[in-house]
Amino acid sequence: MAAREMTGAEIVVKALVDQGVEVIFGYPGGAVLPIYDALFKQNDIEHILVRHEQGAVHAAEGYARSTGKPGVVLVTSGPGATNAVTGLTDALMDSIPLVCLTGQVATHLIGTDAFQECDTVGITRPCTKHNWLVNSAEELARVMHESFHVATHGRPGPVVIDIPKNVQFQTAEYKTPAQVSHKTYRPQVKGDMSAINRAVDLIAAAKKPVFYTGGGVINSGPMASQLLRQFVKLTGYPITSTLMGLGAYPAADPQWLGMLGMHGTYEANNAMHDSDLIICVGARFDDRVTGRLDAFAPHSKKIHIDIDASSINKNVHVDVPIIGDCAHVLEDMIRVWKSKVSQPDKSALSTWWKQIETWRGRKSLAYVKSDTSIKPQYAVERLYELTKDRKTFITTEVGQHQMWAAQHYHFEEPNRWMTSGGLGTMGYGLPAAIGTQVAHRDALVVDIAGEASILMNMQEMSTAVQFMLPVKIFILNNEYMGMVRQWQELLHGGRYSHSYSEALPDFVKLAEAYGGHGIRATHPDELDAKIMEMIETPGPVIFDCVVEKMENCFPMIPSGAAHNEMILGDDPEGATVTEAGKMLV
Amino acid sequence: MSEEKSERHVLAVLVDNEAGVLARVVGLFSGRGYNIESLTVAEVDHAEHTSRITVATSGTPMVIAQIKAQLERLVPVHKVVDLTVQAPSVEREMALVKVAGTGEKRVEALRLSDAFRARVIDTTHTSFIFEVTGTPEKIDAFVGLMRGLGLVDVTRTGVVSIARGPEAM
Repeated sequence: MAAREMTGAEIVVKALVDQGVEVIFGYPGGAVLPIYDALFKQNDIEHILVRHEQGAVHAAEGYARSTGKPGVVLVTSGPGATNAVTGLTDALMDSIPLVCLTGQVATHLIGTDAFQECDTVGITRPCTKHNWLVNSAEELARVMHESFHVATHGRPGPVVIDIPKNVQFQTAEYKTPAQVSHKTYRPQVKGDMSAINRAVDLIAAAKKPVFYTGGGVINSGPMASQLLRQFVKLTGYPITSTLMGLGAYPAADPQWLGMLGMHGTYEANNAMHDSDLIICVGARFDDRVTGRLDAFAPHSKKIHIDIDASSINKNVHVDVPIIGDCAHVLEDMIRVWKSKVSQPDKSALSTWWKQIETWRGRKSLAYVKSDTSIKPQYAVERLYELTKDRKTFITTEVGQHQMWAAQHYHFEEPNRWMTSGGLGTMGYGLPAAIGTQVAHRDALVVDIAGEASILMNMQEMSTAVQFMLPVKIFILNNEYMGMVRQWQELLHGGRYSHSYSEALPDFVKLAEAYGGHGIRATHPDELDAKIMEMIETPGPVIFDCVVEKMENCFPMIPSGAAHNEMILGDDPEGATVTEAGKMLV
Repeated sequence: MSEEKSERHVLAVLVDNEAGVLARVVGLFSGRGYNIESLTVAEVDHAEHTSRITVATSGTPMVIAQIKAQLERLVPVHKVVDLTVQAPSVEREMALVKVAGTGEKRVEALRLSDAFRARVIDTTHTSFIFEVTGTPEKIDAFVGLMRGLGLVDVTRTGVVSIARGPEAM
């Protein structure tokens, strides 16, 4: 234990190394220069220079989501911090563990409206799990280690450490992670055994059960996915998942019903609606999932496993809440299940599956194929077929393309799917792909994008080129903010107010301007060859996939409707939205 | 859900006395649209650096449960107790009430203050400051009576509450 004093900046870097950090995403500025100087003098941590601080946070999210490790961000004070806010909010909504270090003006200048000063802890208080303003170098090592503990324990989330510039120059003694333990923060991971017993009894007695799982399973780690698979197999029950949970259960398995919710499958949503028992594992009854709350799964009992007690009974009343980590609770559930004599009612289950098969027979993801234009669904299907046998990671932006990706790209493994679920942040996909690629250099990382979303963080193409990160940007280009246009069609009489993507850049030339490779496909016949060209190109690619402009994303539960009131692609006539529904987002 | 009636609850929240902790609690209430009827805060253990926040709020039972869970989720929050559910508990509030006047009204104000066991803590020839302690209802009643007798200023601490019996929160 060296008693040598270190500068604040050195303490920051040493703490990152001791926390196992290998890479950080950042952008320098006046208030973090001492930390950048300390980074310059070491070789343990790689720094990825982004082109905008929002990109740094999304890249760290992609890194975190694809590895299960916390992502780390370093930005300067003022605009550096405010630019990070969207990414922090995104990470909070989707429970992504991040540690974001922000520079701050020197302590004696705080409150004087100094150059590049802002109230970072004030601004980020509601969009972080916790944040700290470090007043002296003495506190720095403790706060650094505590921040990793808070970000990664319990329900994961982003934390901010605001470090004034003079604190970065001050000297103090370093403390190792072993010398620091958070005073109080010890979230419960083991579920209450009596609740688990009651849950298992309900599961065994159910006649029309369905598993409804979410991002909590992914966040809990690979063991949770393994245990989920085991338990679902043991019961023989159907399973659906939220957007955030895709990959926790393999899409190729016959018990898999596909995603549920607003753009979920007919079988998943009807199974939820008609079920007599919903087993919710690490999901939060979000409004995209439940549809109209007073008509949500009206005849079902509900079991809810969640590490965050505030998720319980927030939107939907549940019968058996179990507060704990998914993996711990599933492990106990499996043990209890195996020890009980009671087994599911085979004949009821077979009737239930017959019903589900009739819903599945409706083929709700089907679309009208075309010989002349590329249907966006077809483009995702072909991308899936041509990449499924590789180690592929998919990120998305936000909009129609995101939903088509969720519907038509099938995930067999957790941590392969990075998307902005809760906040719905356009511009997420490219930086997230960069962060994912940094963590998995040899993998294929594809950002399924829209032409509108991609322009929101297009500048990160420079980052990809600089660090030789061969991300593939697969743009479903319909020249519209497609989801906005679709809602305007359904809700606002087809008045496409400002949703047309005017004055688009030539994406092929844009790719070349950045030093990447550009590809354009306009006809279904050339799609496969061009996708292969994209995959085989060693560097970053922008693929301009020119798709059918007016295609809508179906199936869809319109706002304010129930799960069993879906609009289907081959029967869009019933596509009406109630006045109450129009009020909803 | 929406048919459930709104109820008043008093929550005791034990927190680390660190910078920004009150902003976190208040921001949680405003950000999620919960009511604050009154809020008091002060350090209660200097050695442990802990403060106790007493917040009176209202909502349906589901909302109250949410408020409690959301508070417990804050990292510097040690413990949250719903003193309304964990009854019996006692509630007290203090007010300083300034009444100006002369003659009959001044005498009447002094006479009523005695009935409320209010103390006179400052006086001039034309004014009193009363210190009155009790439940919020008692203070409401006292302030209401003073309104007709020359009330000019009032300040209230907000409610503090503690559970009866030998146990800590």
